[in-house]
Amino acid sequence: MELFINQVLAGISTGAIYACMALAVVMIYQAIDHLNFAQGEMAMFSTFIAYQLLQWGIPYWWTFPLTLIISFAGGIAIERALFKPLGNAPVLVHVAGFIALFAILNSVAGLTWDWTIKQFPTPFGNAPFLGSQLISTHQAGMIGITFILLILLFVFFRFTRVGLAMRAAAALPESAKLVGINVSWMIALGWGMASGIGAIAGILIAPVVFLEPNMMGGVLVYGFASAVLGGLTSPFGAVMGGFLVGVFENLVGTYIPGVGNELKLPIALALIITVLVLRPGGLFGRTFVQRV
Amino acid sequence: MSTMLAIKELRSYYGQVQALHGLELSIREGAVTTLLGANGAGKTTTIRAVCNMVRSTGSIEFEGKSLMGRSTESIVQYGIAHVPQGRGTFTTMTVEENLQLGAITRKDTKAISSDIEKMYAYFPVLKQRHTQQAGTLSGGEQQMLAVARALMLRPRLMLLDEPSFGLAPLIVRDLFGILKKINLEDKVTILVVEQNAQLALELAETAFVIETGRIVMSGNAKEIANNEDIRKSYLGY
Repeated sequence: MELFINQVLAGISTGAIYACMALAVVMIYQAIDHLNFAQGEMAMFSTFIAYQLLQWGIPYWWTFPLTLIISFAGGIAIERALFKPLGNAPVLVHVAGFIALFAILNSVAGLTWDWTIKQFPTPFGNAPFLGSQLISTHQAGMIGITFILLILLFVFFRFTRVGLAMRAAAALPESAKLVGINVSWMIALGWGMASGIGAIAGILIAPVVFLEPNMMGGVLVYGFASAVLGGLTSPFGAVMGGFLVGVFENLVGTYIPGVGNELKLPIALALIITVLVLRPGGLFGRTFVQRV
Repeated sequence: MSTMLAIKELRSYYGQVQALHGLELSIREGAVTTLLGANGAGKTTTIRAVCNMVRSTGSIEFEGKSLMGRSTESIVQYGIAHVPQGRGTFTTMTVEENLQLGAITRKDTKAISSDIEKMYAYFPVLKQRHTQQAGTLSGGEQQMLAVARALMLRPRLMLLDEPSFGLAPLIVRDLFGILKKINLEDKVTILVVEQNAQLALELAETAFVIETGRIVMSGNAKEIANNEDIRKSYLGY
């Protein structure tokens, strides 16, 4: 029983990483109706910006908001420079754009900050949390911040007019224009917000996985998986999906013989496919009914 | 009454194909005007051109200000509400969210809530379903929602694209009754594009008949309705 509880706790703490990334995925999906494959690299790049600011001697609690602002502006700049000109091009053209962005950010980060693994500080410390060896204070802090982000996003989409306008612009751009919404800027704002959330995710993840240009490779796959599992339309679902994937992955690795660390990923992904076959909207996503 | 919307020499294109060939149309403030014509005559293109949703040349003036070259979303700010073909319902959102979206450009947040109540008074069925996902409404209910959403702008001019499309005759009568009421009580000028000529001519004061991208006839709606030759050759009833 103790082994079980320990594994669940460990799963929750890795799940927090996935949950954080999944929130950024949901954010961009709400704004542009696609997944952005460069999301992980954008988060990695933001983390390197934070790293650079810290190197220059700027205190952590100044670096944090500063990185957020830079990432937000950077996200908007990327949308304006790269994706707005693509306009109504087919989805595959956008996908090519995402992949290009992925490669560019990865190489530029490697070129600027080299490919060696770097330590990244945590503001929460690394002591055992409430006496548990499995969850550190950093991971507890990460779970806390993920939930704060989740609540902020929920309030933004559900109760603010900008949030409503953003959802409308993503769902039905033409109708959104007819009620007077500036769809183009809504998309840019979505990019900025996703980039900002990605920056938070990166800064929180870096102390765990260490900072290097490829740090987000695995995390983004899990982030996508969590978002799809929980429902791409629901920030709450994305976070729950993140924790579920983390816990499931750990339990399977522990209890099913022969799985171990190597086969954790495929089994977790198999679970996701199963869920999607049975509930295509994700576990927490709203299923939309359409009259025909 | 003064002219609210004046369209002159309007030519519109879908790629290489020209859909309107120098169309001329004017709408008086406070009136209900109808634009009639067969499928493919250019009715939808005309009102899409007003909101700059199709590439056009010529002149479109709203209260003396040119609308040409302005973005769709900025034209809305003049108080022009467009109920598009197919209703443009945000099907994944609730009925109430759809109404709020209609008023998204307005700053007077307090008046918006009272306007939503007013819409529920006009269309009681929307009140019963206000938390329901809009995509689950019937065709008639969605059309009412589309009209209500447009009214949430507090528009000066409302453009309706075939509001009767796909609706049962009784529901169409209801809807046109409400449009008349909106025109009289809320002083909204209305341009309604229709294939259902008979009903549209009852509602409107002025009618325009369009054929292959040109206005071929215009005048008093009653006279057009009573002129058997016109009815037979252009309106098909």
